[in-house]
Amino acid sequence: MNELFSGFLEAGRLIISLDGDLAEITLRSLHVTLTAVAIASAIGLPAGGWLAVTRFRWRRHVIAVVNALMGLPPVVVGLIVYILFSRAGPFGVLGLLFTPTAMIVAQIIIVTPLVISISHQAIRELWAEYHDLLISMNASKRQRIATLIYDGRRALLTASLAGFGRAIGEVGAIMIVGGNIDHATRVLTTAIALETSKGNFSLALGLGFILIGLAVAVNVAIHNLLRTERASLW
Amino acid sequence: MVDTIFPLVLRGACVRRRGTTLVGPIDLELGACASTAIIGPNGAGKTSLLRLMHGLERCDGGTVDWSSPAAVARKRQAFVFQTPIIMRRTVLECIAYPLAIRGMGKKRSRELAEEWGERVGLKSMLRNPAGALSGGEKQKLALARALTTAPDVLFLDEPCANLDGRATKEIEKILSDACSEGTRIVMATHDMGQARRISEEVLFLYKGRLHESGRTNNFFAAPSTAEAAAFLRGDILL
Ligand SMILES: Nc1ncnc2c1ncn2[C@@H]1O[C@H](COP(=O)(O)OP(=O)(O)OP(=O)(O)O)[C@@H](O)[C@H]1O
Ligand SMILES: [Mg+2]
Repeated sequence: MNELFSGFLEAGRLIISLDGDLAEITLRSLHVTLTAVAIASAIGLPAGGWLAVTRFRWRRHVIAVVNALMGLPPVVVGLIVYILFSRAGPFGVLGLLFTPTAMIVAQIIIVTPLVISISHQAIRELWAEYHDLLISMNASKRQRIATLIYDGRRALLTASLAGFGRAIGEVGAIMIVGGNIDHATRVLTTAIALETSKGNFSLALGLGFILIGLAVAVNVAIHNLLRTERASLW
Repeated sequence: MVDTIFPLVLRGACVRRRGTTLVGPIDLELGACASTAIIGPNGAGKTSLLRLMHGLERCDGGTVDWSSPAAVARKRQAFVFQTPIIMRRTVLECIAYPLAIRGMGKKRSRELAEEWGERVGLKSMLRNPAGALSGGEKQKLALARALTTAPDVLFLDEPCANLDGRATKEIEKILSDACSEGTRIVMATHDMGQARRISEEVLFLYKGRLHESGRTNNFFAAPSTAEAAAFLRGDILL
């Protein structure tokens, strides 16, 4: 209990003292995660929409695979990205290992299936409702997907935020591909892991509380940003 | 008018589901007349026939052909569903939607949508979420949305089923205006009074088959089949 309390105090101290290192790793956490979620959403929302409105032979199997990929163990993703980006790997020449870019790539792989799966579910329901109308109006496939994404934006926001939730707290993959290098690839989660292993529990906890606060703040901010006047009626 | 998608010709057209025939085989020609009412008891296949003509239902036998190529004819039709499908947008955006789909610019499509919103009496609600409209208002929205594109033919599936006398009258006025502006009306209805008021021609459907068709006046004065006569008398057809 004592440790929880001192962790709380530590979090307060770090924030009030405007700790430079803290600001740096917090911003890096945000940068890596938001970039990954933005890219995963740019891929995942249209992909989910496409899966919802398209009938093809292996559709059910593809959906089953995407759903299964939601459970990808981050450590394994990290390992695979590590191998791909390591000097001997196919993308070794890019020299991206132990950079934030590699971390972003790993998180995109982890988050995209989640975004596809949740958005597919939401868009499928809306498509059932809009089907006759959009067919009657002769909307092209692109227009159908765009309409469904636009009109389903509230449900799709949930898909992106779920992705954000998974990515911001992720440690296994980015630890492997980023290497937790101070002033280069250290983020909140890897810093917590490091401090814990060093026995600095109150510092680790302090960082943990900041991480939680950050996740909540981003959720609230995005919700407010995209809110339209009369929420219940859309 | 040379440039027309009519006549619509059905030859032995059928809609089947899992082995049972819902509609057909139907032979029918919709020509230049201004408005057609499709009547018949519940389950007769009115909705299915409308959907077949509009291309929402696959033709499982026979043919359904417009005089223009299918792709052309498709763009010049509109459909008003029995329960309006309302998008999660403002009333104005809903009405402008089919114009946007056709690639019309934002400004022009808004102007047109506003004009139509006014015509159907939704002027004060254009900025409201469409989901907040009452049943009758939703039906008017669906009508405005269907008519903005000035279609050659408008299919309606019991557009006044849940409306009171006044709303029905307003909608009938909009329909007859549209008619005189060159939109052909094809409407399923249970309201015989409405069929008499609006249509020039009646199709009587029973158990998926077209039992009788003819000019509205003649049909109501002297139906030629026993089923139609019984239906008009108000007998329950089994
Ligand atoms: N998807 C479907 N699967 C199986 N049967 C169907 C389907 N759609 C309609 N039917 C059946 O086809 C028949 C005709 O239905 P339809 O909706 O065309 O009738 P309707 O004349 O419009 O009736 P109502 O006046 O009640 O609207 C009905 O017996 C109905 O049960
Ligand atoms: Mg019906």
